[in-house]
Amino acid sequence: MSTSQTTTTEHHPALAHQFDSMAQQQEASTFGMWVFLLTELMMFGGLFAAYLIYRLKYYEAFVAGSTSISVSWGFANTLVLIGSSFTMAMAVWAAQKGNRKWQVRCLILTMILGTVFLAIKGKEYYDKYDECHIPGAVIGKGFSANGGPGCQTGNIAEEIRNRGEEARQHGYKDVPEVTPESAKQIARQTEIFFSFYFAMTGLHAFHMIIGLGLLTWLLLRARAGEFGPAYYTPVELGGLYWHFVDIVWIYLFPLLYLINRIHTKP
Amino acid sequence: MAEHAENAENAEHKHPTPMLYLVIFGILAVLTVSTWAIAFVDLGIFNPVIALAIACTKATLVILFFMHVRYSNKLTKITISAGFFWLMILITLSLSDYLSRNLFSR
Repeated sequence: MSTSQTTTTEHHPALAHQFDSMAQQQEASTFGMWVFLLTELMMFGGLFAAYLIYRLKYYEAFVAGSTSISVSWGFANTLVLIGSSFTMAMAVWAAQKGNRKWQVRCLILTMILGTVFLAIKGKEYYDKYDECHIPGAVIGKGFSANGGPGCQTGNIAEEIRNRGEEARQHGYKDVPEVTPESAKQIARQTEIFFSFYFAMTGLHAFHMIIGLGLLTWLLLRARAGEFGPAYYTPVELGGLYWHFVDIVWIYLFPLLYLINRIHTKP
Repeated sequence: MAEHAENAENAEHKHPTPMLYLVIFGILAVLTVSTWAIAFVDLGIFNPVIALAIACTKATLVILFFMHVRYSNKLTKITISAGFFWLMILITLSLSDYLSRNLFSR
């Protein structure tokens, strides 16, 4: 295969004719994928920048909103996604070695972990629906952070006051007392936090769904034995995409779930 | 062109092993547990600083090893750096505006 570069009749079937060699083709493809991922970075980056500005403006509401989402599920999901990145990296390694059995196994494992992530995310979304924390009035029961009708749990105004009281009892003298009115106002402002929460995790989850589609396609090709040391570019690029989505979550977890947890128990 | 071929060859010879992937996974898991545990400790201004520092460390590990950037050519490395540099411009310039708006108002 290595001597066939100069002839036109005999080369790797996956080599497109504008490239000199498989190595050059892979280099160009990887570079192109990175350029695409950087446009994705710009898209998510805009959301992150907007998030930071509103977090500065409505810090107390962001803390209250952040404390109302489940840190345990967010933490579990971070581990699940990091695990899926590991199995994806192993799938690329197996593709490079031309090991069909492990390619298929690692891709299936990655897909299972991706599905577990989405399932947990769905559970978290359902909880927010139950607590009337979905912004706006179109989806769900209509936003209410003050324990409106039909929302038994999720009274953020009450939680703010309880947390403050508890913190003062535990010796945090500098935690100021919040009047019921200002607690209600902060609770109302959590709608902006939840807008960012759903926009950012929603866009992220959408990328995960696309990723699962890509993995299905890679799985079918891997099972057909299309990949080996000379040609594994699709697995490599699918891996880059999957890892990128993982990186977005690595930032989403501390920014959304861990804004200020010092007055809550793990 | 010679450098081209050399780069491609390097990339093939120096790809990470499953053992290295496992070590990176272990470090990422430990960092995730740390960021979760540290969030409940009152460190004042350092809570978000540490959380973001850990996130950046994790992202760097993923980019360098899982995404093979450590083994990729200079063009790719420079392009990726430029992308992240641009993101930093977006965030630092926006925040320096919003953070300094009330600086001289009183």
